[in-house]
Amino acid sequence: MHANELEHSEVVIEAGRSQAQYWRDLWRYRELLYFLSRRDVVVRYKQAVIGAAWAVLRPTLTMLVLTLVFSYFARIPSGAIPYPILVLAGLLPWQLFQGSLAATSSSLVANSQLISKVYFPRLLVPMSVVLAGLADFAVSLIVLGILMLWYGFHPGPEILCLPLFLVLALLAAFGSGLWFGALAVKYRDVTHIVPVLLQVGLYVSPVGYSAQIVPERFRLLYSLNPMVGVIEGFRWTLLGGHAAPDWRAMLLATVLIGILTLSGIWYFRKTERRFADYI
Amino acid sequence: MIDHVIKAENLGKKYAIAHQMKAAPATLREALARGGANLWNRLSGRRDSAAKPSYEEFWALRDVSFEVRRGEVLGIIGPNGAGKSTLLKLLSRITEPTTGRITLQGRIASLLEVGTGFHPELTGRENIFLNGAILGMPASYIRRKFDEIVDFADIERFLDTPLKHYSSGMYARLAFAVAAHLEPDILIVDEVLAVGDAKFQRKCLGRMDKVAGEGRTVLFVSHNLQAVESVCRRGLVLGHGRVCFNGTQLEALDFYLKGMEPADIRLEDRTDRLGDGSVRVTSIELRNARGESVECVRTGESAEVRLYFHSTPEAPKSEIVVALNVRSAYDFPLFLHSSRFSRTAFGPLPKNGCFVCTIPRVPLVPGRYPVTYSVMPSWGRKAEYCDYIRHAFELEVRHGDYYGTGELPLSTHAVAVLDASWSLEKT
Repeated sequence: MHANELEHSEVVIEAGRSQAQYWRDLWRYRELLYFLSRRDVVVRYKQAVIGAAWAVLRPTLTMLVLTLVFSYFARIPSGAIPYPILVLAGLLPWQLFQGSLAATSSSLVANSQLISKVYFPRLLVPMSVVLAGLADFAVSLIVLGILMLWYGFHPGPEILCLPLFLVLALLAAFGSGLWFGALAVKYRDVTHIVPVLLQVGLYVSPVGYSAQIVPERFRLLYSLNPMVGVIEGFRWTLLGGHAAPDWRAMLLATVLIGILTLSGIWYFRKTERRFADYI
Repeated sequence: MIDHVIKAENLGKKYAIAHQMKAAPATLREALARGGANLWNRLSGRRDSAAKPSYEEFWALRDVSFEVRRGEVLGIIGPNGAGKSTLLKLLSRITEPTTGRITLQGRIASLLEVGTGFHPELTGRENIFLNGAILGMPASYIRRKFDEIVDFADIERFLDTPLKHYSSGMYARLAFAVAAHLEPDILIVDEVLAVGDAKFQRKCLGRMDKVAGEGRTVLFVSHNLQAVESVCRRGLVLGHGRVCFNGTQLEALDFYLKGMEPADIRLEDRTDRLGDGSVRVTSIELRNARGESVECVRTGESAEVRLYFHSTPEAPKSEIVVALNVRSAYDFPLFLHSSRFSRTAFGPLPKNGCFVCTIPRVPLVPGRYPVTYSVMPSWGRKAEYCDYIRHAFELEVRHGDYYGTGELPLSTHAVAVLDASWSLEKT
């Protein structure tokens, strides 16, 4: 911004004008994206006694509970895959999605101080929150790696597709987070609804079990939850042929997430110019 | 090259204020039911008159047009609620206008507050980078200026301490230090000088002067009229969301201050009185040393301020206290004199009478001074008045011979004249 790049730039502010410079501004403020994400990560564990160890404990404890409930009590079959691995491989994208969505939905309200006092492309706020979620994800991935070594489970070439499903999980959180976040600016009710939705989501997504146990005739309906395709795909990239993928679910997930993200950006851009009036 | 760097045309900003006219819900069940109905109506966009709160339109700004040329320092003044903050929010792109347009040439930085985005858990160092990025500085630029910023803020020892352990002074200094190193073409500043101690405030004002001296365009909103006078070259007066005056800063200040003066209304007809009305001051008279009624008084001469009153049977029987508060033209308090200070007991009040305040030697340099009076049933911290009018009248002081030499300090150096003398002693 301080280089001479914008020496003769002209900014026009007008009602309803979709600024041509918006995307350029977004690029210009990319460093802010980094600093905001960094702030979120650092602050999350700074005041905690065991600090970043929580990033390890959270997925591990959840994995133990889910394994206990679904495998030990409900006796749901997992084929050749050890149940803890099955659960953790599904938990990884789910926790990334859940954490990012919860944080994104409340991110604008949480940053109201910034939004009412200074200009920057508001898209940076949900973006930075989603990126900050990656730090926890990386730690969980290491936990999974150790667990897989323990069980002597090696990922196949499918693992090369992992980034694809990672991006899908991020976009799913980002797209729905844009909707919820922008709505929460005007209707705080949203901040109460999202945790409930996520609670339900854990059970209607194949986290604690494999989607293969869902009867065939309900599979399509079930796959309308975009996280089904993402989680199943994720599991497949890590566990290979043991967790045969359902291509229809993955395709459906990709399309749904695409629509969610694009419409989310559209709604966000439409409302962001007046965030400061409502927040 | 285009001459104006800021051009605002017919700017307007409308807000909708909601009036909640329904009675409060009596039970939790009722509250939940009503909440559910509201949510449903809102989401479905239904306009159900029973459940819908009524909205009132309010124009915070209306038809505001002005231009600012490159290198100009414009002060924006006006009473509270005149639309100053709204205008700044539009100019800094925090919210969009309802009507009109703004054209800005060059890089803009706005400081509606300092330390925006500071996080208490992060260290001073981390906060410098975060805050800098929020203000739009590239990290490379912050790194280059880092030592200067730390030096300006004077917090070197605490650089790696979390901000929550900072004193409020250190916090303010760090916040301003980052902001002061912005180098935009257009700087928009709102009241940020109200932080820190007097010494730091002077440092900040000096910095503003420097920025202005470098040919940058500065928009400055402030209640600190002294600062507006010394920093700005042009002034814009806002009132009720409209531009009332646009000219040089001195003209603008004059215009603004005149607007604050009581219009030529007789004291009896003033509607801005406070108090229970058991005693009412009906007129005020100034008298000079010879007891003649005058329009103005002279520095160094004796003067009388006479408050003629009318009292009702409800007037307190206890000790009435009367006070006069003299302020500067910029509304800075200069003197307060209360009958309590001299332990003056007025005794029971007659139906009609006059409180007389005698000033043996008027200690003010020539100028006009708004005076507020108050009549209180007793002297206490609680503001209980029988009668009170802010800026009840203006005391005009003309040149007089205070020291017997005809000399007086200039009004740029002093407001009050001191009764003192000089001598030499050998040591």
